[in-house]
Amino acid sequence: MATAPVGTLYRGGEGMWSWVAQRITGIAVFFFLYVHVVDTALVRVSPEAYDLIIATYKTPIVNLLEVGLVGAVLYHALNGLRVIAIDFWARGPRYQRQMLWTILGVWVVVMLPGTYYMMRHTIDALFGATP
Amino acid sequence: MSLTDRSLALSDGSGGRNRQRSNFELYAWLFMRISGIVLVFLVLGHLFIMNILDGGVQRINFAFVAGRWASPFWQVWDLAMLWLAMLHGTNGLRTIINDYAERDQTRFWLKALLYVSSAFIILLGTLVIFTFDPTIG
Ligand code: HEM
Ligand code: HEM
Repeated sequence: MATAPVGTLYRGGEGMWSWVAQRITGIAVFFFLYVHVVDTALVRVSPEAYDLIIATYKTPIVNLLEVGLVGAVLYHALNGLRVIAIDFWARGPRYQRQMLWTILGVWVVVMLPGTYYMMRHTIDALFGATP
Repeated sequence: MSLTDRSLALSDGSGGRNRQRSNFELYAWLFMRISGIVLVFLVLGHLFIMNILDGGVQRINFAFVAGRWASPFWQVWDLAMLWLAMLHGTNGLRTIINDYAERDQTRFWLKALLYVSSAFIILLGTLVIFTFDPTIG
C-alpha cells in the first residue's frame, strides 16, 4: 500500500486537501454510526431507555453537533460523487477543480437553510421565541 | 487515492506482496464507488427525514420509530443503509490502517479490532430491525 498519496492530483493544492477532508469526514461518520446503532438498539430495551437517549439529541449542544455531522456527511457525499466522476468520466480529471468549487457551492447553498431548519427549535428555546 | 488505486490495481494491486490480492483490491475499489452512489440516496434521505422534515429531531421517540418500522419499506431502507454504510466505512478504514500503520503486527491487530467491532455492529443493527417489538415494556 502506498504510504503517501502520489500523482499530480493528490500532492498539494485543492486535490490533496479535498482528499484529506474526505478521509476525516469518512472516519467521523463511521464512528458516529457505531454509536448510533448502539443508541438505536435501546428500542429493544424499553421505550423509556430509548426516549432518554434520544432526549440528548434534542439539547442545544448536541443539536449543534448534528449540524456538524450533517455537514460532514454532505461534504463526503458530494466530494465522493466528484471522485467517482474523476474516475469514470473521461473529462473528469480535467474538470476536477471546477467540480470541487461546484460541490463546495452546493454545500453552502444546502447548509444555510439546512442549519436554520435543524436548529429552529434550539434557536427558539434559547432566544425565547415561540417554543 | 482514486486514480492511483486504479492504476495500482491494474498493474500491481498486491502492493508487491502477493498476487492473489490484486483482484480483491479492484473489487473493493469498485464497491466503494457503487455503495457510495446508493448511500447518497439512503443516507441523505435519512438525514433529511430525521433532521428537517416536520419537526426534525425534536419529534423522534419510541413511538416514532415504531410507526416507521411498521412499514417494510423503512425496514428495508434501514437494513440496506446499515449494511452498505458499515461495509463501505469498514473498507475505508481498512485502507486508512494500511496507509498509516507501518508495522505488520500493528496492522494485523488494528484490522482484527476493526473487523470484530464492525461485525458486531452489523449483527446488532440487523437483529434490532428484525426483532423490533412495538409492544415492549
Ligand atoms: C443526527 C442525525 C441522525 C438522526 C436524528 C437519526 C435518527 C435515526 C432514527 C430515529 C432511527 C430509528 C429507525 C428509524 O426510525 O428509521 C435511525 C436508524 C438508523 N440510522 Fe440514523 N439518524 C441520524 C444519522 C444517521 C447517519 C449519518 C447514518 C449513516 C451513516 C444513519 C444510519 C442509520 C441506520 C443504519 C439505522 C438503522 C439502525 C439499526 O439497524 O438498528 N443515521 N436513525
Ligand atoms: C453518502 C454517500 C457516500 C459517498 C458518495 C461516498 C463516497 C466515497 C468514495 C468515492 C470513497 C473513496 C475515495 C477514494 O477512493 O479516494 C469513500 C471513502 C470513504 N468513505 Fe465514503 N461515501 C459515502 C458515505 C459514507 C459513509 C456513510 C461513511 C461512514 C460510515 C463513509 C466512510 C468512508 C471512509 C472511512 C472512506 C475512506 C477514506 C479514505 O480512504 O481516505 N462514507 N467514500
